[in-house]
Amino acid sequence: MKFEVQHGCFSYQKEDIVLRNMFLHVDEGQVISILGPNGSGKTTLLKCMLGFLKFSSGTVLCNGIDQKETKQSEFWQKVAYVPQARIQTFPYLVKETVLMGRSAYLNLFQMPSEKDQEIAEAAMKQAGIFYLAEKSCAELSGGEMQLVLIARALASQPEMLVMDEPETGLDFRNQLLVLNLIKKLSKEENLSVVFNTHYPEHALEVSDYTLMLMKNGGSLFGTTKDIMTEKNMQAAFGVKIKIIEENIDGVKYASILPVSLLEDEKV
Amino acid sequence: MDVKFEIWMIISVVVLFLTGLTALCMGQFNVPIDQVISILFGRGSTLKNAATVIWQVRMPRILFSMLAGAGLAAAGAAFQSLFSNPLATPDTLGTANGASFGAALGILLGISYVGIQLSAMFFGILAVILVFIVTKRSSGQNKGPIIMVILAGLVISSLFSSLVTLTKFVADPNNILPAITFWLMGSFSSISYKSLQMGTPFIIVGLIVLYLLRYRMNAMSLSSDEAKSLGVNLPLIRGLIIFSSAAITASVVAICGVIGWLGLLIPHIARMLFGNDNRRVIPASIVFGAEFMLLTDTIARCASNTEIPVSILTAIIGAPVFIILLRKTGGIRI
Repeated sequence: MKFEVQHGCFSYQKEDIVLRNMFLHVDEGQVISILGPNGSGKTTLLKCMLGFLKFSSGTVLCNGIDQKETKQSEFWQKVAYVPQARIQTFPYLVKETVLMGRSAYLNLFQMPSEKDQEIAEAAMKQAGIFYLAEKSCAELSGGEMQLVLIARALASQPEMLVMDEPETGLDFRNQLLVLNLIKKLSKEENLSVVFNTHYPEHALEVSDYTLMLMKNGGSLFGTTKDIMTEKNMQAAFGVKIKIIEENIDGVKYASILPVSLLEDEKV
Repeated sequence: MDVKFEIWMIISVVVLFLTGLTALCMGQFNVPIDQVISILFGRGSTLKNAATVIWQVRMPRILFSMLAGAGLAAAGAAFQSLFSNPLATPDTLGTANGASFGAALGILLGISYVGIQLSAMFFGILAVILVFIVTKRSSGQNKGPIIMVILAGLVISSLFSSLVTLTKFVADPNNILPAITFWLMGSFSSISYKSLQMGTPFIIVGLIVLYLLRYRMNAMSLSSDEAKSLGVNLPLIRGLIIFSSAAITASVVAICGVIGWLGLLIPHIARMLFGNDNRRVIPASIVFGAEFMLLTDTIARCASNTEIPVSILTAIIGAPVFIILLRKTGGIRI
C-alpha cells in the first residue's frame, strides 16, 4: 500500500519536541527501516503512524486518503501491527493467538468462521510456525513468539506491516529468520513493511529506504544507501562509526562498527 | 468447535438439571422425588402443602441462585479479560461494594425496589470507572500492572464499604439498620417471584451481552494497543462489558446482598479445564457458576436448622483459592 506521513510533528509536552516536521513515504512492496538513538522517538513515531497517539500536526495518508477519514476497522484490515513479543496474561494457544488477527473482519458479536480458521492456518504456514499451532504461547521462546505475532498480523491479510523492533532480544538464528521473512513478504507478497530497529546492519540488509531520527527531533529520509553513511550515523548516535564491507561468496555484506565515543565525550 | 468441550458442556447441563431437581426435594420439609416430578407436571401431590413449597418457595429460589451464579461467574470472567488481570472480579474491584452502598442508601431513603436496584447499579458502575481512572493516571497506560489494579480496587472497595458503614450508622436502629445488616450478609431466603421479576431482566440481558461478546474478550485481554490494532472498538466494548457486569452484580446485590468469590473461582476452574479462549471460558463459567451457586445455596439452607448466609460459605471456599492464585500469578507483568 501507499503510506505517507507529511510534516509529522509530535510532542508529549509543549517545550519538549519529539518529532519535528517529519516525512516518510512507503510504496507497495517496499521495506522501510527506522533508526535512531534511544529516546529519539522511534516507538512514538510508530504509535503516531498507527493512530495510537495523534500527531500534533501533519497528515497521514493511506493510499492517498487522510487517515482521519478512514474507518478504524477498514484501516486495520489494511495495516497490521506487530508488537514486541511479550508474555500474555492469559496464555492462549498459538492457533488462537493467530486467529485473533481475523478480528478486524468480524462484527461486534461475530465468531470466526471455518474460513477464518483456514486463513489463520495459511498465515501460520507462511510464517513457518504451523508446527507450533497446538502449543500454548506461554511455552514459546522469544523468537517463536515473535514469529507467532507476525503470523497473527499476516492473518489479517494486510497491505502493510508495521513492526516494533521485531528482532530485538533474539539470537542470531532467530534474527535471520525474522529478517528473511520480512524480505520474502515484501518481494513475494508485495507487502510494505515498516520496522524500527537498533541494528543498523539489519536496516542495510533488508530495507529499501531508511528514516533516521536525531536526538533533537529532526530526521533524515531517503534510500538506505544514501542515509546510512558514516557521517549521518555519527551525527545521529554521537559515536564514531566505521562501515566495513566484506565480500562473502560474491555477496556484499556490511558491518557497522561503533569505534569510540566522540572526542569531547571521552571520560 | 471442540468435541471434548462440547461433551463437557452437555454433561454439565445435565448435572445442573439433576442438581436442580434434587434441590427441589431437599429442605426442612422433605418432598420425595416422585412427588416433585408429579408436582412439576401439574398432577399435584398427596403430601399436604408440597405443591406450594415447591412452586412458591423452592422454585424461585433455585432459579434465582442459578441465574445469580451464572451471572457473577460470567461477570468475573469478563472483568479478568477487561483488566488483563487474573485477580480482577466485580468484588475485588469494588463493584460489589459500590453496589451495596447504592442499595444500602436506597434502603435508608426508603425508595422503591426498582429504585434500590438502579441506585445499586449506578454506584457499581461508578466503582469500576474509579478503578479505571486511578490505574490509568498512575501508569500512563490504559491498563496498570496487576498489583496496581488490585490496590486501586482495594481502595475503592474500602471507600464504599466505609460508606456502607456510614449509612448503617445514620440508619434507624429499630427497623432500617437490621434490614440493611441482614441483607448485607447475603441470602436467597427472601426470594419470591416478585423479586425475580425485578432482578432477572438485568441479569439476563447482562448475560446475553457478555455471552455474545465472548470472542472480543480474547483481544481485550491483550495490551490496549494490540487490542486496538486487531480492529477492536475499545471504548464500545469496554463500556458494554462494564455495564453488563455491573448490571449483573448490582441486581444480585440488590436482591440478596454481596456474594463474594464466585466471580474469581469459577472462571479459573473453567480456564484450568478448557484453556483461556473466552469462546469456552464464558459458556463454561455460566454453567459452572450456576451449578456452584445452586449447590452452595442448597447446602446453606439444608445443612443446619437455621440457614447459613451463603456468602460465608463462598468465602470459606473462595479465600484459600484466591491466596493460591495470588501466589501463582503475583509475578506476572503486563
